[in-house]
Amino acid sequence: MIEINGTSHDRAPRPGQCLRTYLRDEGCFGVKKGCDAGDCGACTVHVDGKPVHSCVYPAFRAEGRSVTTIEGLGSPDALHPMQQSFLDAQGFQCGFCTAGMIMTSAALSAEQREDLPRALKGNLCRCTGYRSIEDAICGRSIESCAGSKNAVGSSLGAPAGPQVVTGTARYTFDLDVPGVLHLKALRSPHAHARIVSVDTSAALAVPGVEAVLTHKDSPDRLFSTGQHEREAEDPYDTRVLDEVVRFIGQRVAAVVATSEAAAEEGCRLLRVTYEVLPAVIDPELASAPGAPVIHADKGVDEGICRAENNVIGELHAGIGDVEAGFAAADVVYEETFRTARVQHASLETHGAVGWLDDDGRLVLRSSTQTPFLTRRALARLYDLPTDRVRVIAGRVGGGFGGKQEMLVEDLVALAVLRTGRPVKWEFTRSEQFTGATTRHPFVVTVKAGATTDGTLTALTLNVLNNTGAYGNHGPSVMFHGCHETVAVYQCSNIRTDAVTVYTNTVPAGAFRGYGLGQVTFAVEQVLDEVARRIGIDPVTFRELNVVRDGDDLTAPGEHVEDLGIASYGLDQCLDHIRSSTAGDGGEAAPEGWLVGEGMAIAMIAAGPPGGHFADATIKPLGDGRYELSVGTAEFGNGSTTVFAQIVADELSTSPDKVVIRQSDTDVVGHDTGAFASTGVVVAGRAVLRAARALRAGAAVGTGHFDGTPRSVAFNAQWFRVAVDPDTGDLRILRSIHSADAGTVMNPAQLRGQIEGGVAQAIGATLSEHVDINASGEVTTTVFRQYHLPTFADIPRTEVHFADTVDAIGPLGAKSMSESPFNPVAPALANAIRDAIGVRMTDLPFTADKIWLAMQG
Amino acid sequence: MDLNTVTEVISPAGPGAWRPGDAWLGGGTALFGEPRPDVRRLLDLTAAGWPALTFDDDGSVEIAATCTVAELNERLGKHDIVRHCCHAFLASFKIWNVATVGGNLCAALPAGPMISLSVALGGTLLLIGPDGTERRVPAAAFVTGEGTTVLRDGELLRSIHLPVAALTSRTAYRRGSLHRHGRSAALVIGRVDAEGIALTVTAATSRPYVLRFSGTSHDLEAALEAIPASEYVDDVHGRPVWRQHLTRHYAAQILAELS
Repeated sequence: MIEINGTSHDRAPRPGQCLRTYLRDEGCFGVKKGCDAGDCGACTVHVDGKPVHSCVYPAFRAEGRSVTTIEGLGSPDALHPMQQSFLDAQGFQCGFCTAGMIMTSAALSAEQREDLPRALKGNLCRCTGYRSIEDAICGRSIESCAGSKNAVGSSLGAPAGPQVVTGTARYTFDLDVPGVLHLKALRSPHAHARIVSVDTSAALAVPGVEAVLTHKDSPDRLFSTGQHEREAEDPYDTRVLDEVVRFIGQRVAAVVATSEAAAEEGCRLLRVTYEVLPAVIDPELASAPGAPVIHADKGVDEGICRAENNVIGELHAGIGDVEAGFAAADVVYEETFRTARVQHASLETHGAVGWLDDDGRLVLRSSTQTPFLTRRALARLYDLPTDRVRVIAGRVGGGFGGKQEMLVEDLVALAVLRTGRPVKWEFTRSEQFTGATTRHPFVVTVKAGATTDGTLTALTLNVLNNTGAYGNHGPSVMFHGCHETVAVYQCSNIRTDAVTVYTNTVPAGAFRGYGLGQVTFAVEQVLDEVARRIGIDPVTFRELNVVRDGDDLTAPGEHVEDLGIASYGLDQCLDHIRSSTAGDGGEAAPEGWLVGEGMAIAMIAAGPPGGHFADATIKPLGDGRYELSVGTAEFGNGSTTVFAQIVADELSTSPDKVVIRQSDTDVVGHDTGAFASTGVVVAGRAVLRAARALRAGAAVGTGHFDGTPRSVAFNAQWFRVAVDPDTGDLRILRSIHSADAGTVMNPAQLRGQIEGGVAQAIGATLSEHVDINASGEVTTTVFRQYHLPTFADIPRTEVHFADTVDAIGPLGAKSMSESPFNPVAPALANAIRDAIGVRMTDLPFTADKIWLAMQG
Repeated sequence: MDLNTVTEVISPAGPGAWRPGDAWLGGGTALFGEPRPDVRRLLDLTAAGWPALTFDDDGSVEIAATCTVAELNERLGKHDIVRHCCHAFLASFKIWNVATVGGNLCAALPAGPMISLSVALGGTLLLIGPDGTERRVPAAAFVTGEGTTVLRDGELLRSIHLPVAALTSRTAYRRGSLHRHGRSAALVIGRVDAEGIALTVTAATSRPYVLRFSGTSHDLEAALEAIPASEYVDDVHGRPVWRQHLTRHYAAQILAELS
């Protein structure tokens, strides 16, 4: 007998079962599976009053003990004080870590509360940057919005907040699906190989195994895992299960069974014969003569530019005359920079559960940012009319671009269609590293010239983008990376040479910033060095050279013409940096440490080129309430909050009267998805139009926006750092961020989004790297080997907003979610350069590398 | 995580229970933290009822392998070195509530802080073989490399004996990591005893090294030569050359502090 939240549970746990799984089997879905290895704390529960990580707690040991989960701590009607505090402080975004964070915080002693960096080292949050969590634990509430006339502009809390803090918000797998089968994939041990044969007999003989799927079961159809409104953005180079595997970790076969244990055993018993093929791991060798060709059977028709050279996409273009520009310069500086592979590390892994509904329709409940595009892709793969496929996302436990991808739904759908039964597939944390996607690693050489008066005269970019074994997002990330990074500057002479290559490594995909961060890392450092050599401070150098209101945005290459400056706040962003950093503030440097300061800027388009669509409908429910339907998924991005605010003001009601149905292909016609920072500017605009249509007299208000034209948003980041010359330890003494997001729809949310972006970027700058060895194998496969920023690693960032109103965005708002990430790495690099006198070029900057750099 | 190949739990388990495919189970935080497809049975030691701490008349202490880190810290944390070593865990206090001292030793990771503590305090480990045979080994000789120990098949770690003289002696502690509260990249402890200073190097190296200094002039460079360059760990928690540098840097600080 195990007591859970005061109730006896008589079912005995399985011998090797961990307590987390047992509790979820008993219906406690608030207990989350984040890392499954004791590192992240999302599964924290109390056993006999003591907090433990239930994923590494043997379930049998709970016999005769009393377990408290988040559901037992308090309920929506009677919140525990710590739940109330997290709600009042909005100490969450996606909320997947929140139950564990609250269970931990509720158990802290007074002494532990005095040292939160230490006390919370076993709790990872990927979204917030921890400031709002600290506020929650310390009992600080967000500034009340009571009494404010409008909902828009107030710091309204997320509508799902009460569910998040009580563990009752329903994420992908937080539901009971009777009779569900479990899918496990066998993954390739070879970087490049042809599958000669798969002997499935032993696997099929395992009791409980219902089906084994191999490449022979796969539809003869190519697709891309990357999802865009315009399908031609991504090369069609992928199959559900392919006869050729092109990276270590690619799925080879799937076993579907009545239990995870049987599915795993089935995978272990598959006998696969491979013909190993030559592989290329290093992107700088991918196009060398004689390099193995990774997609020799495909070409331009599939969207691959030069398959024979492993080049998917390239950009060779210029404006002006760079040679003349460099000749006119007084200072020219050139350097090469490298960015690491980074994992999104959303605490909810990829996964989906699928079934056939009563009408025989294929239904997928998935952790996705793109339900509608995934439906389109599934319909095409399996020759189904679109209306015979339904895709739903519950609350999504973090995305960061990683879920703008179809990584599981295709195989789950195949298993459902084959067996006719419900099937689930949940990635393990290690599969996130070996079989999902990463940020694209870039090699970027930038050369810049300027005259002594500070005028930028020429700029060249040489970009090598390693997309891995499949090209999802590869060319688009490259084009985007080469655009706003230079378009933010007025420079008459720019030359860009960029290529995106295949290698036999785990594919890269969409990641917050979408290429901008990688190229900005190089551009902003080179400009910093040029300014330093001229003797102009970096803020003034930016002021002299950035685009201004009314300027065209130009960069080498052909670009969609719908992008422009519909509001301009970069000047205010730079003013904020100058005025905020002038005075004292921040932490003092330890004695003997080297101190430096640095800054960088970034610009981002409000939405992707080529269209981004959203539909919204709204209807009265009677009793003063309204039902809003939108397609956009909610994963902590906060769009849902803003939708409620918009509707409330348009219909002269309060946000709590707005019931929102979302992220379900049944509720509206179409929605491209929650990516490219479009939640407010595209879906929000559709919502605004729907509300206005209703107000104008329609029985049901409908709204649509096609994502064009587009404005731009701006960000600037500044750091003061200290470096211990004896060890290379780096401490951020002060962090200041200024942002031009147009009308600030929700100050607390916007601040949180910026803090979270800065924190995630600090991780990418100071600690995170997915390593791949010489044979192409990912060697960092758990959080113990891949250091996500903890509470202790993230400084508090002072956030300033520019005061602008955009002419395009809904109610004057612009995009933000991705862009705060982008200026962080170069700003830190510039500050380190200022402190130690060495320009560091390769991410991340860990203490050992900083120390080595100082050794000369 | 679920260990789906496990079909049976033997609880409590004792010496002699082991057969191939078995795993001794302490708190479970390490065992359940990684896939273990070869494990068929769990032999639960925590149910054996071993007293967590047993004090000798002179104040020396016998720590049961099943003593949790939380209990160790609670009862012996008055000794600075014990408290420091508990805090050196990458894992949080929630893991301390379950993880055992013995489990940390047996995992034999370079950064295992219970290894650092046991070696630095001149501890002796009691091992029990499948036939009940007992043997005692110095803590300094227990870990032989990254993830390897002198334990034989079916042998278990019963306890760690720490002499009172070491517990109450002057110590100095330094720890370096790539991240604040991150995994130890170098953990160096100095202890003053009758013969001089014992300097214990862990985390930086694949196994613990104890360097002895007597008298007042300390030739640190010569002593450090006992550690081959190849023994410095090369993994994501720090480059070997940096770990070697930290070891030297901290060792010099400790010698200065204790001299």
